[in-house]
Amino acid sequence: MPDTSTSHYPAAPKVEPTARHTLAVTVDNEPGVLARIAGMFSGRGYNIESLTVSETEHASHVSRITIVTSGTAHVIEQIKSQLERLVPVHGVRDLTIEGEAIERELALVKVAGKGEHRVEALRLAAAFGARTLDATLNSFVFELTGATDEIDRFIAMMTVVGLVEVSRTGVAAMSRGPQGM
Amino acid sequence: MQEEMTGAEMVVRALKDQGVEHVFGYPGGAVLPIYDALFHQDQLRHILVRHEQGAAHAAEGYARSTGKVGCLLVTSGPGATNVVTGLTDALLDSVPIVCITGQVPTHLIGSDAFQECDTVGITRHCTKHNYLVKSIVDLPRVLHEAFHVARTGRPGPVVVDVPKDVQFARGTYARPRDNQHKTYRPRLKGDLGKIKAALALMAQARKPVFYTGGGVINSGRHAAMLLRELVHMTGFPITSTLMGLGAFPASDKQWLGMLGMHGSYEANLAMHDCDVMVCVGARFDDRITGRLDAFSPNSRKIHIDIDPSSINKNVKAEIGILGDCGHVLEDMVRLWRETAARADKSALAEWWRTIEGWRAKKSFSYRPSAKLIKPQYAVERLYAAVKNRDHYITTEVGQHQMWAAQFFHFQEPNRWMTSGGLGTMGYGLPAAIGVQVAHPDALVIDIAGEASILMNMQEMSTAIQHRAPVKVFILNNEYMGMVRQWQELLHGGRYAESYTAALPDFVKLAEAYGAHGIRCSDPAKLDEAIAEMISTPGPVILDCVVSKEENCFPMIPSGKAHNEMLLGETVEDIGAVIDERGKALV
Repeated sequence: MPDTSTSHYPAAPKVEPTARHTLAVTVDNEPGVLARIAGMFSGRGYNIESLTVSETEHASHVSRITIVTSGTAHVIEQIKSQLERLVPVHGVRDLTIEGEAIERELALVKVAGKGEHRVEALRLAAAFGARTLDATLNSFVFELTGATDEIDRFIAMMTVVGLVEVSRTGVAAMSRGPQGM
Repeated sequence: MQEEMTGAEMVVRALKDQGVEHVFGYPGGAVLPIYDALFHQDQLRHILVRHEQGAAHAAEGYARSTGKVGCLLVTSGPGATNVVTGLTDALLDSVPIVCITGQVPTHLIGSDAFQECDTVGITRHCTKHNYLVKSIVDLPRVLHEAFHVARTGRPGPVVVDVPKDVQFARGTYARPRDNQHKTYRPRLKGDLGKIKAALALMAQARKPVFYTGGGVINSGRHAAMLLRELVHMTGFPITSTLMGLGAFPASDKQWLGMLGMHGSYEANLAMHDCDVMVCVGARFDDRITGRLDAFSPNSRKIHIDIDPSSINKNVKAEIGILGDCGHVLEDMVRLWRETAARADKSALAEWWRTIEGWRAKKSFSYRPSAKLIKPQYAVERLYAAVKNRDHYITTEVGQHQMWAAQFFHFQEPNRWMTSGGLGTMGYGLPAAIGVQVAHPDALVIDIAGEASILMNMQEMSTAIQHRAPVKVFILNNEYMGMVRQWQELLHGGRYAESYTAALPDFVKLAEAYGAHGIRCSDPAKLDEAIAEMISTPGPVILDCVVSKEENCFPMIPSGKAHNEMLLGETVEDIGAVIDERGKALV
């Protein structure tokens, strides 16, 4: 801890509890918009745990970005305000405070192995409800859609039976009920 | 009305359609078509600077002294990178400027072409918004949108990067009818329920204070007038940030002086002890709050700001009103009057007595000298000499800037141009040129330090070329004074690299540029030297040699609270005028 009396700036605030929030952000799908958002997070020292983006309304060039971030209540409020003031941002919705949102991601998981490992991999995939997209004599590629922690658990299991490669999409999220964004 | 023209012609045309009369700039390969288009017309006047940073600060000075959008035009690569400091300065101080940059032709983008840089990438973090225009079809819309974004909401800098092939391309120009961004719509009117709650809180206040900032100036002259009305109706004391000086007249008895690190004793203690704080268009910056957990511990805070991210960023506001200062103040004045609201008179009288006790400490006092010019004295004499003239003041950054803020008393908005947020040494001279271009007949003075002025000294040449008779008033103490002060107070007096060695002879330097140079080191001859500076028709540099080791007081050391303020030695001599409680706070 530096001596604050000789610092140019006030001391850092005390450590407060942090929470994970999922934000849905609609933006103009213009060049650089993703860099603008990612840059705002890095420039102001915020976390991005997951970021998913794709055009959702082609005719009006609107994209939807789902960001999973974590921070103190105060930081989360700042993140939302900082997003809102960006010129191409239409709207920001904090899905976490609106009740439990639906969150899903998709993972492609490649495993390689022979004998018992191979049988076990197939058995686990069936237990998790994963689809088999590719099979060779000594490998599989599985596709699993689910909540982040479910995918984490699946990958942890696959590690034991010969995990080779993982590709995940990041979280897509939506609030429950009839209300739209 | 649709017309066929080239991209370069569209740029010039759009600027004219936006009411731009002056553009600051520097030509180069990637903007030559636009310069060619400028050559063919005479409505839009181009001010050639000597370094692109100067163009950005000049545009800032122009914008802040007029309330209009400042405009600059620079080339690709180094032209664009040189304006980065100016853009960042404008972003932190919320100054509306539009910067047109040339870019290499679209087919060369990404090839590391000559004078290519990723302008939109580099400036993404230091602009409010930026654009790379890859097609002539988008150019008219983007140009107009840029002005809209720069001036709307919380103002700021906008960059439009135009590749050279787009400048040559022909297309159809039409001025968009509504000239608005399709989604960017900042909220201007404040929430009436919250405004009423704020007024109710104010009416109950026993120890209130207004804390105002640059947002009032940005909102326009009417906002400053409404602020004055509200302050007078309520009878509350008022202080302001560096950026907000002039919104409320410094001659008024409700004025406490500037607050913050080098603000007045009474302003800072009023902030510390108040029970209701009304923040209008300021952002609780660290130079204002000092130690955050000890900042105004017992007050309930009302915060009016147009930027949602400013509210609750550093300090939690009980009532946060999102809206434009002018609009919100208008509602506040109207409702305060309609409801015949009244503050608690006897509590307010008691509060004012406490404040007068603090004021009696005269925290800006300094020890005068008959032999040396004290920098504070120099600013006081400058103020006395120009106060009855139509004047504008710019500054560089450092001790002289704080002394200017303390001893020059601003009565009107838009008269004070300084680099507050970014603290850019070298801001003052180009900004003064920008102000002078907008106000050719006014007296424009850059209060400078000898170190800062050297950062953009080359702009003297601009002043000469464009007959901008700016006056540069250098408080020359041969040190980077603020750095030296921090080293003295906080680093054991080890003056590492803060002595400005090998200074030029400023009189000869002025003459070399074709300006008039004056040197003064005798307090008895100071008035004469100032009079000569003012009466000389062209640009002047007055090298005012001041005492070398003067410190700027009062001062709240960083990381300290408002009531842990350091006062100068002369102030402590008269400590007897304050009560025990006040002394305990020193």
